[in-house]
Amino acid sequence: MTTRIVRAFSARTRPLLVACLVAGDPDYGESLAMMREVDRAGADIIEVVMPFSDPVADGPVMQQAIQRALSAGMNTDSLFSLIRDFRAESETPLVVLTYANPVVQRGIGAFYRDAGGAGGDGVAVADVPLEEADSFCRAARKAGVDPILFVSQTTSMERLKGITAKAGGFLYLVAALGVTGMRGEVDPATIGCIRKIKEMSSLPVVPGFGISSPGQVQAYSRAGADGIIVGSAIVREVGDRLGRPGEMRAAVGEMVRSLVAGMA
Amino acid sequence: MIESTRFGDYGGCFVPETLMAALEELEEGFRTIVPGASFQQEMHYYLHEYAGRETPLTFCRNLSRDLGCRVYLKREDLLHSGAHKLNNALGQALLAKCMGKRRIIAETGAGQHGVATAIAGAALGMKVEVYMGEEDIGRQALNVARMRMLGASVLPVESGSRTLKDAINEALRDWVANVRDTHYLIGSVVGPHPFPTLVRDFQTVIGRETRVQVLEKEGRLPDAIVACVGGGSNAIGIFTPFLDDGTLLFGAEAGGEGLEGRHGATLCRGRPGVLHGTYTYLIQDAFGQILESHSVSAGLDYPGVGPEHSFLRDKGRVTYRAVTDDEALDSFLYLSRTEGIIPALESAHAVSLARRIAQDLEKDDVLVVNLSGRGDKDVAQVAALGGDSL
Repeated sequence: MTTRIVRAFSARTRPLLVACLVAGDPDYGESLAMMREVDRAGADIIEVVMPFSDPVADGPVMQQAIQRALSAGMNTDSLFSLIRDFRAESETPLVVLTYANPVVQRGIGAFYRDAGGAGGDGVAVADVPLEEADSFCRAARKAGVDPILFVSQTTSMERLKGITAKAGGFLYLVAALGVTGMRGEVDPATIGCIRKIKEMSSLPVVPGFGISSPGQVQAYSRAGADGIIVGSAIVREVGDRLGRPGEMRAAVGEMVRSLVAGMA
Repeated sequence: MIESTRFGDYGGCFVPETLMAALEELEEGFRTIVPGASFQQEMHYYLHEYAGRETPLTFCRNLSRDLGCRVYLKREDLLHSGAHKLNNALGQALLAKCMGKRRIIAETGAGQHGVATAIAGAALGMKVEVYMGEEDIGRQALNVARMRMLGASVLPVESGSRTLKDAINEALRDWVANVRDTHYLIGSVVGPHPFPTLVRDFQTVIGRETRVQVLEKEGRLPDAIVACVGGGSNAIGIFTPFLDDGTLLFGAEAGGEGLEGRHGATLCRGRPGVLHGTYTYLIQDAFGQILESHSVSAGLDYPGVGPEHSFLRDKGRVTYRAVTDDEALDSFLYLSRTEGIIPALESAHAVSLARRIAQDLEKDDVLVVNLSGRGDKDVAQVAALGGDSL
């Protein structure tokens, strides 16, 4: 059984855009509307962040969005409703990005089952490295969900082998040392990392963290990246227009359209 | 990772992949550098010549008379810097230096660990930056001034509850971004492997000394030992050498306003989950969002706890009890006036639980309280809370 993610990468004719939003930001209804907007604007894969109170891998833009969503009452029950509502109208692949504790508290098996049942295609857990990944990957496979694992420029060859053996869907390459947030520069170590991974694995490699400019997209895709993940640059459009939902949707849609135009 | 990362089910290393190389490097240093003769020699110099070890195990005549058993205080309040935190700060700073790191970051709640790290950085010639929640900066002004005078930078943290939990988040974010030249000097037995083991090993000097001292004075092991538990480093430090004996071990958690209100009694009222790199008891909601803890004492104001404590709790080897803000304030003054020793508010929690436990002890029973720090830093806060008129 292949997931929508696997099918999207095998059918790709250009690098794919993974567009990221925070589930429930600024509230449930607007969040769903924005997912649909991002979908219509041409995002190839949608990544929704399930908020966690202590997001240590995230920079200020994502932290604020996560806080807005939690204040508006977001939780794992409403995450799965959100995915179900989105899935009712779209076949675009959908990835959940979260932290270990919301998964562990639901029960690892239950979280993946519910994610798959709602129409989610992959789950990435930011604070689950290879050492802790076994139970998460097993639950994912059982639920027909891709276990998306992270690699970074500090990942040794030995670890890389272990990670590529367990991961599914794509490899989430942390493209900058540090937290999420816009940086605008191309990291030569990340370019080297993409090449290294492509030599040893057939899994798609998708850099994220600090990516927002067309120049970065070009540089990473020339090195062999199968797509890019853009998060903070999109989520900032939400935070800048709180209380003006029409403008918010338009700005997010515009951002995604311009990113897609730069992917060719 | 080469070594076991767990205490039973608890512990592990739940961190972003970017940090794994640094944790592996740290484990390697811990395994190969720390046991070496030259490291041990340096450590001996810093602990004994510089920090003032060993610390006394004081027989308290007035307390013993009043509580009706033989009460000893392990005097970590007399260690240079005024708290046990320096044992770990010197150990980790020395290790970081041996590993070629140039910069040290740390988090602090009460400021004691920040001060200890600033001292270690000054002594070893390393740059120190300390993350501290704005709420804590307000209630621990003395320690903020001390850190700055010692040459460290204090970086205010405005996110979340603006306390220890959020300072750890910021320190982890900094470490992810600067992992190549920076060591994150965690102040308690919390965080991902190998920190809970590393910090325990540097703090176990407390228990090793206590064991020798009590055998010398009493000719036998104590009947009970009490220590306060926030992250739990002073408690693990004194408990570890007694784990295989019959000595009863008690941990005093922050009961805050009482267990029905806001508190920091993680082991009394929490559920296991993942925070700051480790699987351990946490104060959290049904969906796994971490809740704000509360304690009058900044050093115990943390919604998690060291994973080894979770293990010892489930195993039944250590008994954990909550002590409220009011009880701690009362014991702060009690110890000050009964023995002429002003305890840190954190340590006052241990004193309070000791008073409770003493009720079940006989006249000849031996009770040891780990007095983890001195209370100078808390004097202004206690006075403002009306404690001077009690």
